[in-house]
Parts: sequence; structure tokens; C-alpha cells
Amino acid sequence: MKILVCISNVPDTTSKINFTQDNTQFDTTGVQFVINPNDEFGLTRAMWFKEKQGATVHVATVGGANVEPTMRKALAIGADEAIRINAEPTDGFFVAQQLAEVIKNGEYDLVIAGRESIDYNGGMVPGIIAALLNMNFVNTCTGLEIEGDKATAFREIDGGKETLSSSLPLIIGGQKGLVEESDLRIPNMRGIMMARQKKLNVVEPVNATHATADKSFDKPAPKGAVKLVDPENIDELIDLLHNEANVI
Amino acid sequence: MSVLVYTEAENGKFKKNALEVASYAHKVAQEMGTTVTAVSFNVADNSSLETYGVSKVLKINNDSLGTFNANAYAMALAEAVQKEDIKVIILSSSTDSKYVAALLAGKLQAGYAPNVVAAPDSINPMVVKRTAFSNKGYAHTEINTEIKIIGVSNNAYGVHENKTSLSEEDFSPSIDDSAFSTKSVNVDKVAGEVTIADAEVVVSAGRGLKGPENWGMIEELAGVLGAATACSKPVSDMGWRSHGEHVGQTGKPVASNLYIAIGISGAIQHLAGVSASKVKVVINTDPEAPFFKAADYGIVGDAFVVVPKLIEKLKEFKAQNA
Ligand SMILES: Cc1cc2nc3c(=O)[nH]c(=O)nc-3n(C[C@H](O)[C@H](O)[C@H](O)COP(=O)(O)OP(=O)(O)OC[C@H]3O[C@@H](n4cnc5c(N)ncnc54)[C@H](O)[C@@H]3O)c2cc1C
Repeated sequence: MKILVCISNVPDTTSKINFTQDNTQFDTTGVQFVINPNDEFGLTRAMWFKEKQGATVHVATVGGANVEPTMRKALAIGADEAIRINAEPTDGFFVAQQLAEVIKNGEYDLVIAGRESIDYNGGMVPGIIAALLNMNFVNTCTGLEIEGDKATAFREIDGGKETLSSSLPLIIGGQKGLVEESDLRIPNMRGIMMARQKKLNVVEPVNATHATADKSFDKPAPKGAVKLVDPENIDELIDLLHNEANVI
Repeated sequence: MSVLVYTEAENGKFKKNALEVASYAHKVAQEMGTTVTAVSFNVADNSSLETYGVSKVLKINNDSLGTFNANAYAMALAEAVQKEDIKVIILSSSTDSKYVAALLAGKLQAGYAPNVVAAPDSINPMVVKRTAFSNKGYAHTEINTEIKIIGVSNNAYGVHENKTSLSEEDFSPSIDDSAFSTKSVNVDKVAGEVTIADAEVVVSAGRGLKGPENWGMIEELAGVLGAATACSKPVSDMGWRSHGEHVGQTGKPVASNLYIAIGISGAIQHLAGVSASKVKVVINTDPEAPFFKAADYGIVGDAFVVVPKLIEKLKEFKAQNA
């Protein structure tokens, strides 16, 4: 089985979010970049398929040379090869078209992406790829088993969980649940050394549509101070929620 | 050239978000000088759409679509788009709608903007305001393609009445067998339970509760308020509560009217996922807990003392205001 894990390079979850250039660009000053958490769950599941079922695992990212440390980290965790598509990941449609090209050429059986990246929150890349390449697709995927070319996938739905049957070639939009939090791996010294020997191929982008463009950004208005209520005076809280906030 | 809206249903009835997206579609249609056409799947009574600005509904009645199937639904919607010469598609940001929207975007070569929180900034060009950076910011996104897809955030635009006259039309899209190469074999969902996605009120608890045996009062509080229950990430990681209750940046987003956080410190990743809620209440022993900076109302106090009192007082309040 040949697996491609699509990785997005995102600001660490603790990052302060600021914008520059007249609020048209995300300010990366002082921001640490990491593997998108949803993708990290997927990568870890891919490692399981590699170790238990002999799968080959490649990772791919659309991005400039600045994303290479994140790719090296994926290699250090255990991916066999990395592919960087040398273009700015400006919008989800564009990124999906680039990855679709890599998937088509690489003849992958299973593609693991994240349900969304935590920076631009597009949540569309795996679905667009599925439509472009006519692949089976399971989104918000919280569990995946493969036997031969048959797949059993679990999906989070509003208020519950769904079990789906599918078959390869398959693409998923993965998230927490694919593996447990405690299964996530921190690269060790040996992994980091080995990652240096592994191939990180750089390919040039194909012509593609920029379907959307983020014109500007802003931040939520600062919040007013919290109104504190005395624990002995719960009636006041109920009064505020009823008469001031109108929520009960 | 009307605006198409996918009105989600469950058990043959429209979900609340269906009426919200219909309201949004009406606003867009008005600005474009056109009308709203809805697509409904296996809904017996479509008449409520008339109250929310829909002029025409394409009714699909097909047993094989009884259980949601993203591929089949996307095929049906794509056919409706072709048939009605649609340029703008509106749907919700529910788990199912996001699943369908991405497939539709690929099929129709359409630009898609999810998590949209307000009526468009402008129609021509189409620019919408959406949340980004997990609710830490907003992006104003231009959709450049001929066909445009807008995913409206839950509980952001609101449900607005706009009386129209509705024409109903049966619609039988041709669904290719290939749609069912991925199919549902089991749905595990507690019937009648309020979901985090749809709840007006969410009662959420964290590690401050000390152990799973203490969730009785959380469930009781939720019961009194008709609320959904939720939890912080470590609580689900430790198996105190199911993963489905985990809210935050890496869990479910919350956009309720009222969010009550009990024994939750308010870590940045937690706040990112719940900040779209309109009113936030925090109950925490530690006055320095970061959640107090993000909340509207707060009680510095011990949950084990405050929550039982709150339940009692709310019961009295509900009895008086019933
Ligand atoms: C990549 C990444 C992603 C993450 N994603 C999420 C996410 O999506 N959602 C999420 O929730 N977290 C997430 N986290 C974890 C987050 O950083 C925090 O660790 C977590 O939110 C803390 O949970 P908590 O508030 O329940 O626990 P704690 O931080 O331990 O807080 C417990 C609180 O309870 C209070 N308390 C104690 N006893 C009482 C009492 N008797 N009465 C009242 N209050 C009491 C304490 O004062 C304290 O403030 C993520 C972390 C990382 C690194």
C-alpha cells in the first residue's frame, strides 16, 4: 500500500495572531511553525500502516523552502520520502489541484489529509481532491482500518459517530481519534539523523486556478471586562443572563 | 440564476441551520436582484421555507438518500446547479455540509468560503467575512470563480423571517452508483439529545472537576437548561468523557448563545474553539484563570459548591418563567 500524507505547515496553537502590511498578511514574526495537528494524527496513523502492514509513506506539502523544517520533522517521525510543491499555498482550491497532480503521478492507494488546517480553516482540500480524481472520500475521519483494498472508516457526525465502508483508492480528512493523543511521536535522535538521508523532492507547481483570495484580515474586537458575581449571590447571575444577556 | 440553498434535514424535518442558511440566501438574492431556490432531501413538509425567503424548492424524495451520503448529495446538488443555471450556492457549516461543500467545489470548479459570519461585504466582487486562525481572526475572502459556494457559520447570521410564496417541484437527480462506493453502515447517535452543533446553550467542564464520577451535576445543569454537554481536551484524553464532547481548536467548535465553562482554565486552544459563542460564563476557583479574560460573567468559586446552587436557583427560575 502506498500512502501519501498531505501536511500543512501552520502556526503553533499557542501563537498570537497578528496581521501586517495594512492587515493583508499574516504576521509570522516570532511564530513557530508545526505540522498541522489534524495532519499529525494522520501521519501517526500512516506510521501504523507502515509498521503493521508494510505500507510506504510519503508526505507532501505545498509551500516555499520555509516549510522544509516541518517536512524534515515528518521524515524524522518516520515518513519515507517527502515532496514539496514549490508554490505559496494561497487558497484551498489551488493547493488541492497541486496535490491532485502529485497523487495522480504517484499512484497512491490512500491519501491522508487533515479535516482542516488550523490557520486558514478552509477544510476543503481533501474533498476537492476527491472530486477532481474521483476517489472515495471520508471527511472528519476518526478511525481507519484497511484490509486488502477494503476500508472501514469512522466519521464524527454532529452528535455521534458513523461507520462507513469504502475501498481504495481513498482519501480522508482526518482528525483526532485516528490515533490517540498518547500515540503521537516526538522525533528521536535516530529519526532526526535518518531524516537527513531521506529524499525531499521539490517539484514545480502546475497551472491552477486561484479560486479564492483573502483580501484582508481583522481581529475580534477586544472584550469588555468580565462581570464578577459573588458565589453567594447566584440570583444575580440568573438575573444578568435573563435580563441583560437574554440567553435564558 | 437564482441563489441555491442546501437546506439540511434530519428525520424528514428541516434543521434549524436550514432556516438560517435560507435567511442568508434571501439576503444575498435580494442584493443580486434574484430569488432563492432550495434543495431538500426527503422532507415531507417544505412549507416552512416560505417564511424564510425561499421562492422555490426542488424536492428530492429518494429512499437511497435516506441516510446522508456526501457523494450522492453532492451529485444531486451539482445537477440542480446545472438545471437552474446557479451561480451562488449557500449551505451551512455543519459537519455534513462541509463534507458536501468541498466535493461540490471540486466538481463545479467553484471557489468555496466556509465559516462565513456576516452578509457579504460586497456581491460584485463577492467578498465574505469568515473566521480564520481558529476564531482568533477574520479573513475577508474574495471568491473569484464563476460559481461560488458560501458556507455560513452556525448561529452567526441568525434566522430572519421573509415571507414569500413558495413553489414546490419534484426533483429526481440521477445519482450514479459510484456515489455509494463509500457508504454508511452504521450511525451511532443518541436520539433526541441536543448536539453541541445545534445547542443554544452548552455546559462544559474541565479538569477542575477532578474525576468522571463528578459529572452528575454537569449533566443535571445541562438538563435544566436544555443544553448540550461538552468538555476540555484533557478530560476526553483521560477518558472521563467521550471524544465527541471535546471542544476547542482540535475538537468541535462551539457557537452557542450561552457557553458555561466550569473548572476550565481557558487555555488558548480551548478559547479558540469556543469564542464564537455569544455569552460566556466561567466558574473557577482561581481568579487568575485566563478564562476570566474571555468571559462575560464569572464566579470565582468552587464548582462543587456553586454548581448545585446554580441548579437549584435555575430550577426555581424555570418554574417561575415556564
Ligand atoms: C496542539 C494542542 C491542541 C489543543 N487543543 C485543545 C482543544 O481543542 N481543547 C481544549 O480544551 N484544550 C486543548 N489543548 C489543551 C490546552 O492547552 C489545555 O491543556 C486544556 O484546555 C486544559 O484543560 P482544563 O482547562 O480542563 O484543565 P486545567 O488547565 O488543568 O484547568 C483546570 C481548571 O480548573 C480549576 N479548578 C480546579 N478545581 C476547581 C473547582 N473545585 N471548582 C472550580 N474550578 C476548579 C483550576 O483553577 C483550573 O483553572 C490543546 C493543546 C495543544 C498543545
